[in-house]
Amino acid sequence: MNESAFVIVLVALIGGALRVSTPFMFVALGECLTEKSGRVNLGLEGTLVLGAMTGYAISYKSGSPWLGVLAAGCAGSVLGAMHGYICKLPKVNDIAVGIAMMLFGTGVAFFFGKPYIQPSAPRLGSFSLGAWTGNLEITTALQINPLLLVGIVTGLVMAWAFANTKWGLIVRMTGDSAASARAMGVSVDLVRFLCTTAGGFLAGVGGAFLSLYYPGSWNQGLSSGQGLMAVALVIFARWSPIRCIIAALLFGAAGAIGPALQSVGITQGYYFFNAAPYILTLFIMIASADSKRAARDVPGELSITK
Amino acid sequence: MSLLKFDRRTFLKASAASVLATGAAAGGARAAGVTIGIVYVGPRDDFGWNQAHAVAAQALKTIPGVTVVEEENVPETDACAKTMESMVNLDNANIILGTSFGYFAPFMIDLSKKYAKVQFRHAAPLWTPALPKNLGSYFGYLNQAHYVDGVAAGLSTKSNKLGFVAAKPIASVLSNINSFLLGARKTNPSATVQVIFTGDWSLPVREAEATNALVDAGADVITCHVDSPKVVIETAEKRGVKTCGHNASQAPLAPKGFITGAEYKWITIYKGYASDLTAGKTLPNMVSGGYEADMVQNTPFGAGASDAARAAATSAIADLKAKKPIYVGPLKDNKGNLVIAKTYDNLDPYLDKMDYLLEGVQGSTT
Repeated sequence: MNESAFVIVLVALIGGALRVSTPFMFVALGECLTEKSGRVNLGLEGTLVLGAMTGYAISYKSGSPWLGVLAAGCAGSVLGAMHGYICKLPKVNDIAVGIAMMLFGTGVAFFFGKPYIQPSAPRLGSFSLGAWTGNLEITTALQINPLLLVGIVTGLVMAWAFANTKWGLIVRMTGDSAASARAMGVSVDLVRFLCTTAGGFLAGVGGAFLSLYYPGSWNQGLSSGQGLMAVALVIFARWSPIRCIIAALLFGAAGAIGPALQSVGITQGYYFFNAAPYILTLFIMIASADSKRAARDVPGELSITK
Repeated sequence: MSLLKFDRRTFLKASAASVLATGAAAGGARAAGVTIGIVYVGPRDDFGWNQAHAVAAQALKTIPGVTVVEEENVPETDACAKTMESMVNLDNANIILGTSFGYFAPFMIDLSKKYAKVQFRHAAPLWTPALPKNLGSYFGYLNQAHYVDGVAAGLSTKSNKLGFVAAKPIASVLSNINSFLLGARKTNPSATVQVIFTGDWSLPVREAEATNALVDAGADVITCHVDSPKVVIETAEKRGVKTCGHNASQAPLAPKGFITGAEYKWITIYKGYASDLTAGKTLPNMVSGGYEADMVQNTPFGAGASDAARAAATSAIADLKAKKPIYVGPLKDNKGNLVIAKTYDNLDPYLDKMDYLLEGVQGSTT
């Protein structure tokens, strides 16, 4: 690979991270919040798809993409609230409900999304961080959608709030020991209900990014499992919102490797390069595996650890 | 509550009676006309493969005496067999058209044995004479329309670099890429085609990434072979480059850069089936063709097509209708091996086994 090809790939990786990572980030942050409160919501794949459909439909009907983003978040909260309410009932397994919600969310989205596959809705705009360079490639690669910044700020605020606020402490306590939370007079069910609802809101917004910005159209294969990957990213990020952001950016960059290498003429083995994000995830997980540290980070009330 | 008590025996009797009644009623209707059942793997309005079939189905409905029953989003599993079986039993379909590759084996083969009086036709060249006679295949040589795309694209590029987003390196995809290149080379000998394989038929995010990567690498005309070209065409339009379509008309998606597109014309085949069935004739087991048989077409030119490109593409279409060959030998693949030693007829079976990319295409099949 000569130098200019190297630059093209590098620019593509950065561009890929900025373009592709946002949905992963929102879903991962939403799931992080939910899991911190002691519940697993596997249904976020369905939430992502429903958010994408709702965002696109509302943007098309109202002409305002930002209204679409808001509606997507609300649709996501409804699914989150359903999950939160059902899991409150006695002897209900949150993982099983999550899988049910995933199928429900995608089904509802496909059913109501039918009339919106063809029409073209107004999309979200973007601005470039690289305009000052005067270089067209860099300007295009550094196109950023405001939602990416919203995601990063949300992650930072979450990290700060978990560590420094009463609310953050309550969420963490509910997730680590329901008994202590009850002893403190905190309603465990209410906290988890609110966290799952808020997590659903974030995942819904992530869906709106898919349909309203990148790739920027609504169809039924839009998500192709990104919601599930993002849930896995939370474990990879060991329940830290900051690490969720980094993981999402890394995952987005790795996803650009396959197309970028083919575009500079490294065409052999593209199936392998297309699998790069997953291989990367595996390697980092193995490299960072440490049973003691993982045990410290994981919320004690999660049904997968109990 | 006892009144509402569910009695299985009564229920079975009642439902058996109603099935018989509808069966008899529809059986009477069968003599009057032809019922065609069409099964799609995705949504009918996907701007791609399924839409191309659905457009033809829509046109079939306007023919008097023809009833069309459709079902979309049918996966390539046992579900497609159930759908087809219910079309046969409940709708009295005379012919079932399965439009997705994976429907054929084992589902349509099994069904054709089970329902010997019903015709089954499948949209890929998979039928062999050893299989049942009421089963068959139909397909169009879309590479001819991609060749026309190439002819227009060769005159539309400034960088001499064309981009192709492809799903998988199988023969029909490779043939479209190679024909696109040969078309472009016809009007622009220094044109090259860069291909990016995404690895699957529908991966919207990776298709968008591939399109961006091609534009970043300097391609200024983009085309594709994926199930739903919507994302590729829209992303390219956003990046300000020109586009050629695939499968169905994507002209509305790119008001500025759309040149033309390769489209199937399934209605030619479907109309043939309908009229043969109405006349009581035996259906052919294998129907295929390109421009010479009116089975493929090009999307009407968009704003991206210059006058020169329009003229060249129009005369290329006339050449293809006159069966002028696309693959004029000798041709080498992009590794330097001689792969096409002589000139082949456009429908020559040798070309169906293509597993190489021609010299001038940057990309690899592995």
